[in-house]
Amino acid sequence: MSARWTRKDLLGLRELSADEINFILETADAFKQVGTREIKKVPALRGKTLVNFFVEPSTRTRTSFELAAHRLSADVINISVSSSSLTKGETLKDTARNLQALHADILVLRHSSAGAPQFLAQRLKSSVINAGDGAHEHPTQGLLDLYTIREKRGKIANLHIVIVGDILFSRVARSNIFGLTKLGAQVTLVGPSTLVPREFEKLGVTVSHKIDEVLPDADVVNLLRIQHERQRKEYFPSIGEYTALFGLTKERAKKLKPDCLIMHPGPINRGVEIDSDVADGLQSVILAQVTNGLAVRMAVLYLCGGIAT
Amino acid sequence: MNDTKHNAGPARTPGVPIMDADAIRRALQRIGHEIVERNPDLKSVVLAGIPSRGVVVATRLAEFIRSSEKTDIATGVIDVAMHRDDVGTRAELPIVRESKLPLPLEERTVIIVDDVLFTGRTVRAAMDAISSFGRPARIQLAVLIDRGHRELPIRADYVGKNLPTATREQIQVRLSKVDNEPDAVWLVKE
Repeated sequence: MSARWTRKDLLGLRELSADEINFILETADAFKQVGTREIKKVPALRGKTLVNFFVEPSTRTRTSFELAAHRLSADVINISVSSSSLTKGETLKDTARNLQALHADILVLRHSSAGAPQFLAQRLKSSVINAGDGAHEHPTQGLLDLYTIREKRGKIANLHIVIVGDILFSRVARSNIFGLTKLGAQVTLVGPSTLVPREFEKLGVTVSHKIDEVLPDADVVNLLRIQHERQRKEYFPSIGEYTALFGLTKERAKKLKPDCLIMHPGPINRGVEIDSDVADGLQSVILAQVTNGLAVRMAVLYLCGGIAT
Repeated sequence: MNDTKHNAGPARTPGVPIMDADAIRRALQRIGHEIVERNPDLKSVVLAGIPSRGVVVATRLAEFIRSSEKTDIATGVIDVAMHRDDVGTRAELPIVRESKLPLPLEERTVIIVDDVLFTGRTVRAAMDAISSFGRPARIQLAVLIDRGHRELPIRADYVGKNLPTATREQIQVRLSKVDNEPDAVWLVKE
């Protein structure tokens, strides 16, 4: 562990070095073990205040950050869009300055606009943690995916990771691509050409539109959720057709290597991007991802929030 | 906590030699005998080292006890970084490591092992960390060097060497396994 952590913010994986990513993953190892103790709480961030500021709805990410903060003994305030003054016309910057006036030490921000966390990080003394900004990045999801692959396969370098689905609008995909390529994995993106344009190959990955050709060689299949609530209907004809062409059905899952991991950031659409039996099968590590998300977020809060400011 | 305890790195200011490899070995052997004397039920004992050098000291103590008593003794690692009371006040964040203790701790005697005992704050953090794993029957403390200047009501049960120091002086412990240097203890004046 040679790398030292010097950042007050975590905005994305794009700007991190491989050493910094590995340092977070190693720190997460120590925090994962806290969850197995009789008393699952350590005093590392005692006296610090964390604000969960979610301008977009999210239950699992917010809950994960909240529990991670509690386990580090920080105090937590949750603000969601419906209860915030943003609906009354206050700007993001003013809201944030108010939070700083309350001496919030860590701001966890989910926002529909790419770059919102960076905007605040440059203006606030508080640590800013990006919990998903637009279609840009979702670094803690990327980190927990890396952590899960490393935990289950013992390494990341030289593994073939296949990411399937709505890549174009997915911040999860971007954070995964940056993290995986930095750590030496081989990445293939799969989906309809409308959602997986060739431009992505500039990021050092392979693009394919035929899932059946890619699956037999995969070490990990990461299925992204089809966000049908966001009216992406113009990008593919129907949910049924998407499932027929790209869904991980029981039949398709038979093509996978026996030790291939099946991942999903959740919430899963059973019967759309993944069959119910496959989601609950032996190769699925979807629930391990949830457990690991907690450890990774504890590590990120400890590293960013524990730095003297 | 005690920044002056571990100052790793190749550039070492020349200091006064306090213990050489033989002296360290003899001190640890004696501590090993004392542990055996005071704990008739060695099977219930776990030697829990504080990273990094405390872990090496614990491993060596266990080796002595195994060879002299022909009986196994459990070892473990107790990380204190996340139990410290000074996070956010230091420029450099302590690296957290995974603790490894044989569970359950109930009925066991946990002996905390470290290289240098100084303010006592590391030991306090170690006791907090152990408590989060369970409730051992008793906790004891073994250190290679006790340099004084306690800031908390803590004392060691087993001491390799008592070494009165000034607060501005540093104790540097080198153990071949972590430092790539021969075993030695140095007193360095600021």
